[in-house]
Amino acid sequence: MKILALDSSGIVASVALLEEDTLLAEYTVNYKKTHSQTLLPMLDEIAKMTELDLETVDAIAVAAGPGSFTGLRIGSATAKGLGLALKKPLISVPTVEALAFNLYDVQGLICPIMDARRNQTYTGIYRFQEHQLRTVEGQMAVPLTQLVERLNKLGEPVTFLGDGVPVFRKQIEDTLQVPYAFAPAHVNRQRAAAVGALGVQYFREGKIQTATEHTPEYLRVSQAEREREERQKQTGGSEQ
Amino acid sequence: MKDTLILAIESSCDETAAAVVKNGRTVLSNVISSQIELHKLYGGVVPEIASRKHIEKINQVIEQALTDAQVTLDDLDAIGVTYGPGLVGALLVGVAEAKAIAYAKKLPLVGVHHIEGHVSANYIEHPELEPPFLCLIVSGGHTHLVIVKDYGEFEILGRTRDDAAGEAFDKVARAIGLGYPGGPKIDRLSQEGNADAIVFPRAKVGDCPYDFSFSGVKSAVLNYLNHAQMTGEEVNRADLAASFQKAVVDVLVEHTMLAAKDFGMKKIAIAGGVASNGTLREAMEKACRNRHYQFYRPSPVFCTDNAAMIGVAAYYEYCKGTRHGWDLNAVPNLKLGER
Repeated sequence: MKILALDSSGIVASVALLEEDTLLAEYTVNYKKTHSQTLLPMLDEIAKMTELDLETVDAIAVAAGPGSFTGLRIGSATAKGLGLALKKPLISVPTVEALAFNLYDVQGLICPIMDARRNQTYTGIYRFQEHQLRTVEGQMAVPLTQLVERLNKLGEPVTFLGDGVPVFRKQIEDTLQVPYAFAPAHVNRQRAAAVGALGVQYFREGKIQTATEHTPEYLRVSQAEREREERQKQTGGSEQ
Repeated sequence: MKDTLILAIESSCDETAAAVVKNGRTVLSNVISSQIELHKLYGGVVPEIASRKHIEKINQVIEQALTDAQVTLDDLDAIGVTYGPGLVGALLVGVAEAKAIAYAKKLPLVGVHHIEGHVSANYIEHPELEPPFLCLIVSGGHTHLVIVKDYGEFEILGRTRDDAAGEAFDKVARAIGLGYPGGPKIDRLSQEGNADAIVFPRAKVGDCPYDFSFSGVKSAVLNYLNHAQMTGEEVNRADLAASFQKAVVDVLVEHTMLAAKDFGMKKIAIAGGVASNGTLREAMEKACRNRHYQFYRPSPVFCTDNAAMIGVAAYYEYCKGTRHGWDLNAVPNLKLGER
């Protein structure tokens, strides 16, 4: 079974190719260039290096959100286009879950934090139990204070990772009352290998979807919708 | 000769569209998924909502276009896609999708300028039309007067200095409570009104006789409404709509005719969303008839944003050897004639 994996949910662009439990190739770039310019050339490079015949891919796994709205759509549209053209299914892998999977079998709680702007973080709380990723709190968009409160209540050691770490590190150090650590460079950002490894599991469990069905999970409505909802609340829903 | 089949994708604004075009002139399918109803709630296109809808609909629209055309991806010779100008987030969906399909099927990728697409819509129903000709492109985002020198080659004679013509329609429609989209609503209401009831200014742009300016007439309408409100006068909305529309159409026709005369052009075409405006079509046709010019205009379905026109433009670009790489990006402010 061959799985192609894509992650363009944050600043990192990452493409990986897995065969069963073996990573054949991974190309990860954490640089400011737009994903639209990098993602497909990276896939092309991997395909050339591994002499990949795309027709032999069984499914395309994609980091399906949360994350940068535009970034998610570039990954999703690429996956949907590949799925449509190759007639292969897609595997939607929640971004935060894939981030947590980077820290396989780490003791204590695992807490990916992504910078969600507007003073929020895309986050979730996970742990490994009997070598399986378990969800303590599913992925969500919340202010960091709310996350810290929850972690303090859980009272267990926690390892943080994600692009939210540089943003929120100070705040965590100031307010967190449980032992904590920050994951090192090779496992602290989005990696398509993790998306692919989870993708392999999902594929075995039959958790696949058609390319047509797939859409990203933003965890947030658009600003226009949010403002409209607020206006409606204020006017008691009388506004058109 | 073997037929050339192109699958084209368009997602620059609020329509998700795909089409299959044969030899640049025959539309085998033309699927458009419009989001207008969704954006009406906000009085205009909301970019993030548009982008989200595109990703939801795009595969369905492409599959429908292939089914309608009774072809598969294996029959195709190239993939064409709009890569600018437009809303960047919206464009990116089509661009990423088109690239992935082209890459997976090992097909050439041809990026298309949205306005070049609008101009090319004229080739669909007018098999005899070939460059050179004069074309007025009027839509919600663009107002250009160009000489189409050859396929994909343009000389821009005039453009708007401020609002696009369609934008002025939308703003005036909002001011008189018609809602979004303004063009068709003003067109409809105008039919009940007297176009000579109110005289609105026809702006001339001093140094370039082919340029347009629509902010003046828009402001004049808003001032008229304010004045009426302060003095408690009742506004006849139909008269107002008809008079405003006439002011805009007069200028569009006048500048086009001036350019035709100055450059000796005998073939005149219109394109873009506003080209489906009934009053503009009639006025332009009449002006052309009086001067013995040939007049071309696409059917309304090819005036609105669609992928068939992108497929036509892509065909001529394809024939010229235009190919884009896997790093093709969306270019929200892409200039006409740029590649």
